[in-house]
Amino acid sequence: MRYLITRIALLIGTFWVASTIDFLIPRLMPGNPAADMMAKFQQNGDTLSPSAQHTLAVMLGLTHKTLWSQYTTYLWQVIHFNFGRSYTYFPFTVTSEIFHALPWTLALVGLTTLLSFSLGTGLGVLASWRRGGRLDSWATPVAMFTSAFPYFWLAMALLYVLGYLLHAFPLTGAYSSSLNPGWSFAFVTSVLYHCILPAVTILVSSLGGWLLTMRNNMLTTLREDYVLLAQAKGLSEAKIAIGYAARNAILPNFTGFAMALGFVVGGSLLMEVVFAFPGMGYLLYNAAINQDFPLLQGIFVMIVACVLLANFLADLAYFILDPRIRRSLKGGQRA
Amino acid sequence: MIATNREQSGKPATASTKRRSVFLATAALLWADRRARIGIIMLGAFLAVYLFAPWIAPYSPTQGVSISMHGPTFRNWLGTTQSGQDVLSQLIWGSRVSLSVAFLVGIISTILALTVGLIQGTVGGITDQVLGFVSNVFLVLPGLPLIIVVAAYAPARGLSVIVVIIAMTSWAWGSRIYRAQVISLNQRDYVTAARLSGDSNLRIMFHDILPNMSSLVAAHFLGACMTGLLAESGLEFLGLGNPNVVSWGTMLYWAQNDNALPLGQWAWIVAPGLAIALFGMTLALINFGLDGISNPQLREANR
Repeated sequence: MRYLITRIALLIGTFWVASTIDFLIPRLMPGNPAADMMAKFQQNGDTLSPSAQHTLAVMLGLTHKTLWSQYTTYLWQVIHFNFGRSYTYFPFTVTSEIFHALPWTLALVGLTTLLSFSLGTGLGVLASWRRGGRLDSWATPVAMFTSAFPYFWLAMALLYVLGYLLHAFPLTGAYSSSLNPGWSFAFVTSVLYHCILPAVTILVSSLGGWLLTMRNNMLTTLREDYVLLAQAKGLSEAKIAIGYAARNAILPNFTGFAMALGFVVGGSLLMEVVFAFPGMGYLLYNAAINQDFPLLQGIFVMIVACVLLANFLADLAYFILDPRIRRSLKGGQRA
Repeated sequence: MIATNREQSGKPATASTKRRSVFLATAALLWADRRARIGIIMLGAFLAVYLFAPWIAPYSPTQGVSISMHGPTFRNWLGTTQSGQDVLSQLIWGSRVSLSVAFLVGIISTILALTVGLIQGTVGGITDQVLGFVSNVFLVLPGLPLIIVVAAYAPARGLSVIVVIIAMTSWAWGSRIYRAQVISLNQRDYVTAARLSGDSNLRIMFHDILPNMSSLVAAHFLGACMTGLLAESGLEFLGLGNPNVVSWGTMLYWAQNDNALPLGQWAWIVAPGLAIALFGMTLALINFGLDGISNPQLREANR
């Protein structure tokens, strides 16, 4: 239980720190960007209603209220996930824009990350088991190369070859614009068709990392005495590889999950821009380009919340898979 | 005469020879690994391009030298841009900005990680726990979205802001590893011996502990360099950097904006991306060798 409580405390603590950073960024910038920004918005003031200007001023910290009262108002907004209206997509609220974009990214990035994690880890086990074998000698160098691809560049290359040259895949969006979103067969197949290239991009760029770490973990684990004992007992190769070596070798992959996820999320956000995929990355890009600050703040808070939850789930998986942690907790000694 | 000289400077001389020999041994082990050797040679090639850019580049990276948007020819090996600039020359000059950002991020991030990790590992107690919480926060904080938000607010989109923020979000994993390593090394016999012979904590840190972590330090440095390069090029690709600087990221930005792919100038897009991927592979190859040094069980396998 103590492990869980520490994790939950860390989850909340990190979320609070991230939200505070989000609050401080516009107020800590060198010079006075807030005033410049206000001046710029007032110059073409006809686009902004007085109330919108007031909201902008409050958000950028250009009010006569104390920093502390601004901060408490902000935290109240974060807790209720209410960031007012977006400038770019006026009159829609930030929240509604985010909840339109979020499912696309969650489904695409979530599913492909799961797939890439299982495939990469599996290939890593195979490569280490037949060390120096055929799979190991070509898959490992290829993995090193592909894991260094910038996501957005791979996306552009795939789009060029398979989209422009071969006309095999659609060029932009997540579904054909002639269709109405809904649960019709035509719409779902169109979505799947549009998602192939983005999914392949994430798979190719992220699979190598899982493969390499798993392979290295396996090579260390395979030298352990208990693997030798299992071999001496005459257990089948598959049982030793999966039940003895892989089970232990996979644990560092969960502790490293936070860092790996950061890369996947960052890369996917950029990739969405190339495909004009209507997810969080594309929304973030539009918010940044149009200096839509309420939207920007809302998206950042949402992305942080999702990443934190995913990490929490990885911690839970670690907890379930590693009996040492469970046992040491029962003794109440180390966490 | 020579003998007395040696006696006088006896202790520092042996200590520095010992330290140098640890580094030399690390370097020799790295060179012995086939993958790391290829990586080091590739890194040398990148550094040569970086240093000798003005002499290697056939044209100026900013001036138009030919008709715009044509594919690779004998005069322009990688074709030209929308404004008729030579893509190869841009690639060569662009390595200066891109690799500088990569190395700067690597250096700052490594210093941050070492400082936090060493303090945590040596001081312990409440300081360790507080810093542990801080590094846990920075570990899960998604770097790129944060950088995008900051870049959107920043009045002047200079490289220094980008470098500092990428470094701030990429040190946490390293500090965690260094902390564990310091705690482990602190329990070794030779550290106890140094402590009993009256060496100060600082001396133990720099003479006995740090040299034995050199492969871990180098591994984090290379990883942070890659993070820096990827984040910088991503940011510039979005147009959130300074688009007037010639770097691999801005090349991709202009290529995308000027519709290089639909117009058939594929080399303009392929070249900078491949350069980034090859540089990443270079670092990964060296890292493989470093892994083998910190973990001898991997070494035999990689040979």
